[in-house]
Amino acid sequence: MQIFTCPFCGPRSETEFHFVGDFPKPRPDGMAKVSAEMWSDYLHNQNNPKGAASELWMHMACHEIFRMDRHTVTHEVTGSYALSSEAQS
Amino acid sequence: MTAYRVATGGLVDRSKTIRFTFDGKTVEAVEGDTIASALLASGVSIVARSFKYHRPRGVWGAGVEEPNAIVDVSGPVSLTNARATTVLARNGMIVCSVNAAPTAVSDRNAFIDRFARFIPAAFYYKTFMFPTWSLFEPSIRKMAGLGTIVPEGAAVPAADQVNVGCDVLVVGAGPAGLLAALRAAETGCKVILCDDGFAVGGSLLHRSCSIDGMDGRSWADETVARLHALGASVLTRTTAFGIYDHGLVALSQLDAVNGRDRLWRVRPGKVILATGAIERSLPFANNDRPGVMLAEAGLAYLKRYGVAPGRKVVVATNNSVGKATADELSALGISVTLVDSRNGSEIATVNGAKHVESVTLSDGSTITCDAVLVSGGFTPTLHLYCQAKGKLTWDETLQTFVAGAPVPGISVAGAAAACFDIALVVDSVRLALSQCEIDAGNTPASALSLPAFDISPAWPKAGQSGRVWIDLQNDVTAKDIELAARENFVSVEHLKRYTTLGMATDQGKTSNLAGIALMASLTDRSIPEVGTTTYRPPFTPVPFTSLSGARQETMLNPPRRLALEEVHRAMGARLMEYGGWIRPSHYGEGPMEEAAQREALAARESVAIFDGSPLGKIEVVGPQAAELLDFVFYNSMSSLKPGRCRYGLILSESGLVYDDGVVIRVDENRFIVSCSSSHVAGVHTMLESWRQDRFSTDKVFIHNATTAYATVTLSGPKSKAVLEAAGLVIDDATLAHMTTSEVSLGDLAVRVTRVSFTGDRSYEVSVRADQAERLWQLLSESGKPFGIAPIGMEALLILRAEKGYIVIGKDTDGTTLPMDLGMNGPLKSKRVEFSGNRSLLTAEATRPDRPNFIGLEVMDDGGPFAPGAHGIEMTEGRLRSLGYITSSYHSPTLNKPIALALIERGYSRIGDIIEVQHLGARRRARICAPCVFDPEGDRLNG
Repeated sequence: MQIFTCPFCGPRSETEFHFVGDFPKPRPDGMAKVSAEMWSDYLHNQNNPKGAASELWMHMACHEIFRMDRHTVTHEVTGSYALSSEAQS
Repeated sequence: MTAYRVATGGLVDRSKTIRFTFDGKTVEAVEGDTIASALLASGVSIVARSFKYHRPRGVWGAGVEEPNAIVDVSGPVSLTNARATTVLARNGMIVCSVNAAPTAVSDRNAFIDRFARFIPAAFYYKTFMFPTWSLFEPSIRKMAGLGTIVPEGAAVPAADQVNVGCDVLVVGAGPAGLLAALRAAETGCKVILCDDGFAVGGSLLHRSCSIDGMDGRSWADETVARLHALGASVLTRTTAFGIYDHGLVALSQLDAVNGRDRLWRVRPGKVILATGAIERSLPFANNDRPGVMLAEAGLAYLKRYGVAPGRKVVVATNNSVGKATADELSALGISVTLVDSRNGSEIATVNGAKHVESVTLSDGSTITCDAVLVSGGFTPTLHLYCQAKGKLTWDETLQTFVAGAPVPGISVAGAAAACFDIALVVDSVRLALSQCEIDAGNTPASALSLPAFDISPAWPKAGQSGRVWIDLQNDVTAKDIELAARENFVSVEHLKRYTTLGMATDQGKTSNLAGIALMASLTDRSIPEVGTTTYRPPFTPVPFTSLSGARQETMLNPPRRLALEEVHRAMGARLMEYGGWIRPSHYGEGPMEEAAQREALAARESVAIFDGSPLGKIEVVGPQAAELLDFVFYNSMSSLKPGRCRYGLILSESGLVYDDGVVIRVDENRFIVSCSSSHVAGVHTMLESWRQDRFSTDKVFIHNATTAYATVTLSGPKSKAVLEAAGLVIDDATLAHMTTSEVSLGDLAVRVTRVSFTGDRSYEVSVRADQAERLWQLLSESGKPFGIAPIGMEALLILRAEKGYIVIGKDTDGTTLPMDLGMNGPLKSKRVEFSGNRSLLTAEATRPDRPNFIGLEVMDDGGPFAPGAHGIEMTEGRLRSLGYITSSYHSPTLNKPIALALIERGYSRIGDIIEVQHLGARRRARICAPCVFDPEGDRLNG
């Protein structure tokens, strides 16, 4: 079982966390101005890299979303970072 | 004493007799016996029938490596597929052989072995293909396999789970593990030492040796005492079965305290594997006969349990340790004949139909004997090293795979490090400690000079005569491996799956290497070129009860309880689970359906009181609160005036309806999201996600106050009168439908919100949860003159269905879009971004034949439709579903059946008659609007 570090609560068991998405992953705003392909890519595709990955996770105990960098093969966690308080979009 | 029990010696207490039954016959054991040692002592030779051919099999090993002696145990607790070698004999145990009927000795399927040459590996795949495997599978499964599953309700071992950290975890308490643990503990490390045996000592329990001037067993006991004094934990009957991510090691401890098992999740700084080595077999015909067993096991039975493996024993070996075993047995008074392939002498075949009677050597001579002990070399137990991504390398001198490059934080010592001689243990432990950066004060040896462990290869060969068994548990012979090679299943992973070599409960602990070696020679490859299959946890089977621990039923999924539960119970409520909450389904005696009808009617006629506390109460506060809700809700919320409420849908980004609910704007910067009671956690998470993604986290805040308040709902034409009787002066102008107000009710501070899920005038009265009972009593008392009636969830579900109000997850599914529910407005008018907006423009979302939420009128006297029944039509001669019925009830108000459904193009078919099919029976239905009661909504203010 992996140990992830919430920037607010410290190291915790992976079962306390939910995967949110890639970091960064901007949402394409604009309704009809967004092409079907762009929207589909946003909805369905994750980077799923083999190796170093930057991801957003939510710590379900405190509900804070943070950035976590980890290696998808070795499962090594290389860093956890709080997001800035400004809007992320 | 029994047939094979020797007079003295061993770790058993001969003065305490234990009786259990095996296949119905009483077996006498002594305290300290395993089931296996007791059976051997009693002369029970056939303990199992093999997996496929139903061949007679005897005890093969003395520990976790056992492939044959698999038994089902019932009473006092039930164990399925237990290894007889690792379960202590207890009084009253009922032990049964597996895959044998009625008993292992007289198995009615024993005839199958005579047809063995017609059913080699993959016979089933090739033969039972037509028309379909599933036709044959049940009867074949019945004839093959291992134990039977424990019947529901039988007592199974209870289990606890423990999480613990330590500096050093030492796996295996043989000489190397004990020494490593001691040295580590002496440096001040917090040490856990575990061993799967009943006692610590490993090979010291059966091999003679002298350490520090003491005999091995005494040294082991003294070392444990020193470890305890140093504060180390020493766990017996504890198997480290897996290494997982980030260094988690899982231990399964059997019978830890008062018969309870224990699962340990250990986070060690370092791991030292002193897991020993497992002996291998030798390839000769009928090497599976009862009476043939591993040499080390034979010695263990004699020295640990005082049971002689036979009266006249042949020891067959190809290595120096095997010979030492023979010498030790001989010194203990057993009549031993050594057959050592290093001297050119080999067994060709074992004779005897149900037990060893003699062996014929390759030179044609015959030796009469009643036991054959085999030693074909040793395979270091490196499962955990391999699970941790360690890579094995082949050692030609030792004829085995050994650990390759060290894995950070994990080192290997003793026989696991291929030091098969006790003299090497000290150096091996030093090296292991230094690799783990534990400074034990000794100059670490840089490399070990291995002494002459002498072994000559004795792998199975192609074309050997007779049936040479490789994998006893899965009935794999040398000929099966040859077949796999002929049919090009030459990769080790294909070999495993084609022949089942190394599968099932023992995972090939004694057999894999022989199979790999034979495949290597058949395909002109070296053994390391063939390689091993991937090592995965668990090392040995782990009871499911240990893996689940206490996390079962309500401990896994704790029910949520109402503040008013006791009040409901006192009123005769029947409680059921709705969306995780235990809520009243109805009140009083009699069938639920009748009670629901009665309650629904009362609600329409006068006034009902209902506990709506689980309804979501998520507060969204701050200057950007309106903006956040505009984004999360499909409907516009920023245009809502303070003090007013609005119904809305929440969509996921894929446009699907995730939840619905009423939003209350308490004041300019404060909202309450009243989402579905079963979706509170999900909606809370969704709000938080968007808050942190798109908004300034210091300008909007979210607080889930659902359980801080209780909500008591009054609904019905007399609801206003009840509130007035309770002391609240209500003015319809200031508290109109879809408005809210914070008021005092007596000395209770309450929020009264006029929203309706029944279609009647309704008031939701919310109060601090600890004051819920007082509120309920006040309203109940005030309602008495008006005939107030408590109603449960079932009545509410009927009332809302009469109005065509949806329940998320019941009237919607994972494909429902807002337009399917007739909600097109916001998509046309909303000018700001909202969750899922772009998804509503896709081809899928805009196709004209989407399902629509409609009502169905019953056309006959057949009562309500079955929920889930499909609307159907014939298209080009084929029956096709138009959608299905989501809700169906008898309406007490209208005294007729009503139904809600999602039907293709439903809105353009209002008035049409369609056919509805359920379990083959067809009825007719007329499509109508979902709301069949008070469509004008007059009763909301009635």
